[in-house]
Amino acid sequence: MALTGLDIYKLLPRTNCGDCGVPTCLAFAMKVAAKQAALDECPHVSEESQEAAGAASQPPQKLVTIGSGDRALKIGNETVMFRHDERFHHPCGIALLVNDTDDLDARMETVRSLSFERIGQIIDVDTVALNCASGDGEKLQEAAGRIQTELSLPVVLIADSADKLRPAAEGLSDGRPLLWERGGPSDALVELAASAKLPVVVEGDLEKCDADTQKAKGAGVEEMVLCPGEVSPLETLQFLTVTRRATLRRTYRPLGYPVLVRAWAQDPVQQSLEGCHYVDKYAGIVVLEVDSPEYVLPVLVTRQGIYIDPQVPVQVEAKVHEINNPTETSPLIVTTNFSLTYYSVLGEVEASRVPARILTVDTKGTSVLTAWAADEFGPEQIKDAIEKSGVFDQLGEGYRKPIIPGLVAVISGELREELEQEVIVGPKEASGLGRFLNNEWPKLVG
Amino acid sequence: MPVPDVKEKFSGVVHAVTIGATSEQGGSRTRTVTIGGETGLPMLSFEAEYPHRPAFALEVNTAGADDWHSQARKHVGEVAADLEKWAARCEEWGADLVCLHLDAAHPDLGGRSPEECADDVKRVLGATGLPLIVWGADVDEVDNNVLPKCTQAAAGENCLFGTAKEANYRTLAASCLADSHKIIAEAPSDINLSKQLHILLGDVGVNVQNIVMHPTCGALGFGMVYIYTTIERGRIAALGGDVLMQQPVVVNMGKEIGRVKEATSPDEDAPQWGKLDVRAPLWEAATAVGYMEAGAELFIMRNPEALQQAKTAVEALWPKA
Ligand code: SF4
Repeated sequence: MALTGLDIYKLLPRTNCGDCGVPTCLAFAMKVAAKQAALDECPHVSEESQEAAGAASQPPQKLVTIGSGDRALKIGNETVMFRHDERFHHPCGIALLVNDTDDLDARMETVRSLSFERIGQIIDVDTVALNCASGDGEKLQEAAGRIQTELSLPVVLIADSADKLRPAAEGLSDGRPLLWERGGPSDALVELAASAKLPVVVEGDLEKCDADTQKAKGAGVEEMVLCPGEVSPLETLQFLTVTRRATLRRTYRPLGYPVLVRAWAQDPVQQSLEGCHYVDKYAGIVVLEVDSPEYVLPVLVTRQGIYIDPQVPVQVEAKVHEINNPTETSPLIVTTNFSLTYYSVLGEVEASRVPARILTVDTKGTSVLTAWAADEFGPEQIKDAIEKSGVFDQLGEGYRKPIIPGLVAVISGELREELEQEVIVGPKEASGLGRFLNNEWPKLVG
Repeated sequence: MPVPDVKEKFSGVVHAVTIGATSEQGGSRTRTVTIGGETGLPMLSFEAEYPHRPAFALEVNTAGADDWHSQARKHVGEVAADLEKWAARCEEWGADLVCLHLDAAHPDLGGRSPEECADDVKRVLGATGLPLIVWGADVDEVDNNVLPKCTQAAAGENCLFGTAKEANYRTLAASCLADSHKIIAEAPSDINLSKQLHILLGDVGVNVQNIVMHPTCGALGFGMVYIYTTIERGRIAALGGDVLMQQPVVVNMGKEIGRVKEATSPDEDAPQWGKLDVRAPLWEAATAVGYMEAGAELFIMRNPEALQQAKTAVEALWPKA
């Protein structure tokens, strides 16, 4: 959070000595606020003031790193309440709950299976919440160690006392597990987290979180994650909103940490829906117990959507994409360069196993109908794109018949005239492409 | 230092819109449904009022359900050939309203005449006591022929009719005014287009308090986040006092689910996604709750199971009035 000129002025000696090259302290403060000068250009500024200014210029919500290496989870540092005000920056972790008494090989296989490719991105369960169901800290450490080495994923360690977390925290501190002592942190855990330099969960209502983060910070714990505990979905949502507001609107640092929530509903459908809610509204980590893809996938897709940068149209390169090794007798499918559109078409073409080319016309990343309405996907633009790509040179005489989306069937006549080639109207939805390519296309090219 | 008070007070309020009329009110509905009335962003009961719960409608379509995806058809298939049975079943399935889509009026889908469509409306009104939404065929000329007859046929029932679009709003606006119905104003995912349309409707005499807006809609993972943000921005503007955005929001989402592979691909094609009979309704319910988070109040769904799941989620989430 940037300091105002007045905030900075209060940190200066206020002697107006002019040694900084500016006549008054206030004028200097204004320059610092406008980032035209650095605070240390005043030779008389005290060390305490420098520290205060340094702390105040930190982002209001702490960035917390859990795990290590490529798959480390970085959460926090969020800057806005609504994605349209800028964007959400650090996608929340989706954690699967595992007990240290489970068949670990099977559970790790489940975690690996919860990984999907969607719109050109991998979306997956990227965190493991490991519960000390055994009641044995050694056992927890052993399980955590295996997860860290075999899955390389960040781990949240859950136990009902600091004792049980100690072996794993001390033995595996390089892997930066997040320590969650239920109802904690106790003084013992704070001490453990401070000496092992590990992030820690602060669980409770707002007042308790407020007090505990300050206490833990005083004891040397840097990275913390808040958690409202086992409360209703409505209370959880409100906790998420209030902590984010206090942080961003009031720069209230004791609550300036990301939030871990668990979807507690017993019914798997409701648990999944709860997860979707928390992802949309500010969670830093969502812990799920459901582990079948049908329940987890909606939560992952919700996360993928809400963290898209709204300022940047989601688009793919405008060019000819070759699928399944096309030849000169393969169909040419024309669509827009909006990611969602392209990947829908791509998925269907791949599944059809028909070798084909997809020409993505540069519509600035808008969908077929939007682009058509904005004159970005009309006969002229399509003709230009075809000519520029030189794709007709790769096609035999009788195969230069672009297939256009059924939604813009109205332009087929004009496009035919422009191209002096036959134009084929394809299905309205990408989902119809498989059948179309396998059954209709062969007939249309004789 | 105490935890700062971060409550926000807004100057604007979302209009409450009531759909349906009971016999005392000159209609024949057994109940009415009111949506809107919130004084804050969704579900923040520590600072705002939430007098009415979001409402859920099930779609009944004059063109049947043959082209619906398998998991929605599984439920409605046996009644889809009979509008009256279908509409009656919606009540058993837990719908708050019935949404009659007049797709069969579309020239490609049988081109049902205005009189036949009006008769469809009457029969549905006779078969269910739930308040009714009537949705045209989304072809301007067809809607302009068909909807006036339908508003007449439903006179006194205080239905919600749609949709009025910027390029085609006069006929429906006049019909809704004449027969005292509420109206859906549809503007594709753009606040300024919405406001413009509300002004146009106001100019022809529609009270802005009788409008429910439809920002168009996409399913989860299929354009939803764009509309989510449109709704959220619109709601922030509304609460900030922009009277042209203070209409409650409807999303006609049932048919969008059919476009999502994750929600419709058969198990044998997509074993990695898990069981279709779970995926399909859950995807629809997740789409609904996502839009609720942004501010939508009225959901038109296809799969009764998804409707029940979304309603259960609302029970756990929506602040008690
Ligand atoms: S050098 Fe420091 S004390 Fe002197 S005028 Fe500048 S800011 Fe003020």
